[in-house]
Amino acid sequence: MIRDITLGQYYPADSVLHKLDPRTKLIGTVAFIVSLFLFKNWPGYAAATAFLAAVIVLSRVPFRYMIKGLKAIIILLLITVIFNMFIVPGEVLWDFGLVKVTREGLSQAGFMAVRLIYLIIGSSIMTLTTTPNDLTDGLERVLGPLKLLRVPVHEIAMMMSIALRFIPILLEETDKIMKAQMARGADFENGNLIQRARNMVPLLVPLFISAFRRASDLAMAMEARCYRGGEGRTKMKPLLYEKRDYLAYALLIGYLVLVWLIARHF
Amino acid sequence: MGIIKAAQLVHEYIRKDDEGQVEEVKRAVDGVDLDVRKGEFIAILGHNGSGKSTLAKHINAILTPTSGTMWVGGRDTGKEEEVWNIRQTAGMVFQNPDNQIIGSVVEEDVGFGPENLGVPSLEIWDRVQESLQAVGMLEYRHHSPNKLSGGQKQRVAIAGVVAMHPECIVLDEPTAMLDPNGRREVIRTVRALNQVEEVTVILITHYMEEVVYADKVIVMDDGKIVMQGTPREIFSRVDELKSYCLDVPQVTLLAHELKCRGVELSDGILTIDELVNELCR
Amino acid sequence: MKIEHLNYIYAENTAYQMQALKDINLTIEDGEFIGLIGHTGSGKSTLTQHLNGLLRATDGRILFNGENIYEKDYDMRKLRAKVGLVFQYPEHQLFEVDVLSDVCFGPKNQGLSGEETAARAKEALRLTGISEDLYHWSPFDLSGGQKRRVAIAGVLAMEPEILILDEPTAGLDPRGRDEILGLIAKLHEEKHITVILVSHSMEDVARYVERIIVMNRGEVLFDDAPKAVFAHYQKLEQVGLAAPQVTYVVNRLKERGLPVRTDVTTVEEARDAILEALRQGKSPDKAGGSV
Repeated sequence: MIRDITLGQYYPADSVLHKLDPRTKLIGTVAFIVSLFLFKNWPGYAAATAFLAAVIVLSRVPFRYMIKGLKAIIILLLITVIFNMFIVPGEVLWDFGLVKVTREGLSQAGFMAVRLIYLIIGSSIMTLTTTPNDLTDGLERVLGPLKLLRVPVHEIAMMMSIALRFIPILLEETDKIMKAQMARGADFENGNLIQRARNMVPLLVPLFISAFRRASDLAMAMEARCYRGGEGRTKMKPLLYEKRDYLAYALLIGYLVLVWLIARHF
Repeated sequence: MGIIKAAQLVHEYIRKDDEGQVEEVKRAVDGVDLDVRKGEFIAILGHNGSGKSTLAKHINAILTPTSGTMWVGGRDTGKEEEVWNIRQTAGMVFQNPDNQIIGSVVEEDVGFGPENLGVPSLEIWDRVQESLQAVGMLEYRHHSPNKLSGGQKQRVAIAGVVAMHPECIVLDEPTAMLDPNGRREVIRTVRALNQVEEVTVILITHYMEEVVYADKVIVMDDGKIVMQGTPREIFSRVDELKSYCLDVPQVTLLAHELKCRGVELSDGILTIDELVNELCR
Repeated sequence: MKIEHLNYIYAENTAYQMQALKDINLTIEDGEFIGLIGHTGSGKSTLTQHLNGLLRATDGRILFNGENIYEKDYDMRKLRAKVGLVFQYPEHQLFEVDVLSDVCFGPKNQGLSGEETAARAKEALRLTGISEDLYHWSPFDLSGGQKRRVAIAGVLAMEPEILILDEPTAGLDPRGRDEILGLIAKLHEEKHITVILVSHSMEDVARYVERIIVMNRGEVLFDDAPKAVFAHYQKLEQVGLAAPQVTYVVNRLKERGLPVRTDVTTVEEARDAILEALRQGKSPDKAGGSV
């Protein structure tokens, strides 16, 4: 059933990682991704692997949830690997006439694959341990300085959280309209691409109308509850750093220093 | 002056064609006078298009008068600088429960209003707790609104308004989309707010059973107030109610029919108990 | 239509698993006018979606005109035309540029010729009381009650043998409600269509239908004539439903010793029953209950 699709991929569990402030997790994830591109040798990857492994264990999320995200990028991964394998010049290992596989190419391909895989797993851990709401709150605060550049950070965050609330409702509505049109003989499954696209009209028009009606109702309800933008607003659940967040930042800095040292000296 | 007062209130919807020429002017509210005292429970009845929802939106300053005046808590809704104070004084609950819940978690939605008012975080928590308790939804505070029944969602919406500490709550057909159980839940909650918390309540509805407990019933038709009085006074005028396309509860109708056939009964019987007692006297 | 041992398990093998229908057995005869009643979540909407094949039972079978609809090569689209289902708030499915083309959508999907499609659409609009000058209006410019009637016409245009309406009066005011219910009663009378009216209001349904099916927790609780069903008013209350107010009045009067008939379903019947009882009460050999 369409309504069973859960949005985001939050995995509820009681772990240190779940309890961390979303800002800590956001900044940590970005720092980790940056670190992956700092070094080009095995000791660096060993450090990254150790860091990632520690985080995975701390998160208490089953490992299979983390590798789910990899399926989506498998083609990208293959292209990257093949591309690197064949075009990087250097010591030739195998010669297939037109294309040559080099030692440097092989190691480059390996590094790239590991980087991509770590990148996906790293960001999956963030979304798996943070509720969409916390994530929006965190983003609003982390991107706060952009307000100086007139980026409507509060509005963007508010829109994201409203979208999160309404996506399940609209999915359910899609299901209902689809059934209602099927009861009138509509066919959403057969036909070629153009026919199928045309058959979507009886579904999409009512859906859009309903979405607009909801949007205008919601705008009125928000105004009636005195919503007038981000200014002068307080937060019921303000983001506050706790001891564990400072500890996490300390560990993160330790990891980055280590990575920097490895990158310089090896 | 009462908490809500309207004098010769008129509201016109103006439809313009593509060139901006006025195509049609519809007078939705036509010269309404209203005076609601603090702590009263007022019910406004009328069929769709009678102007009752338009009137309600004036109390929250969502709409402003075309002519005439509306005062809420002594403030003129026509004055732009008063809008936010007015909305804090008179909270509003709408018909569709799905389209007025903003938060993805019940307690966060209830906190939305106080957040907008700039209430300090710790006090928001107190207010959320109180309001959810007042509507009997405290145990659902961590739930997603999507998993609640229609009646429960509407109670959350009411809590969201209560948390703003308004003096008056306007409910615009809060039960129209609910099943009988949900309807009962919502009406019970509204009555409790009125009696226990002494909040002024203005309930707009087309279900007659819901107005039985009101202090005063106002019937609107074609933008005007056509009847007003206690529920008993209103319900004793069965034929008049029917002429405004309104329903009469079955007991009242039955009592009326019996009276027409010569059975001696008092006017405006509202409940099953009353009718049974009078018939067995 | 015959429903035999129908079971439906929602979201099987997931955390949300729930038995939505439990061993349903029903026979629906041609030309019946049935009220299907139950509170939200009782399984009534799930059941109606089985009747036209939108949901497929976990087990059990449904026979329509003697044919099993779960047979391999059974034509589901034909079934959906014969068993017309009007969803709750049907006006939310309108999408065409004008009223007439929207009503044509159903018959067009049946593969009928342009002429026949238009003829059926016009007939359906006539039956639902939409006048000709509205044919080329945008459906979105109509009033709430009109929109709903156009949406019902959209299903009627497929000329179903059975018409199922899921809470056709939801969200309407008393006038709109009476219009729609009157329209359905007229359809039943004139066209002899089998009608299944899904509702949670006993009072609405009592006036029109000749048979009431009460559902609770996915099971059929009662299936009988309205009078017989309302006699179980205490049981109905336990499952979150209520009999019409007049049922309570006559039963309470009887408890208090007034010899009143209790098999009444409408205000008029209750009035006559009470008047009769009061007249009897006046006769000298019976004490009490005088007016």
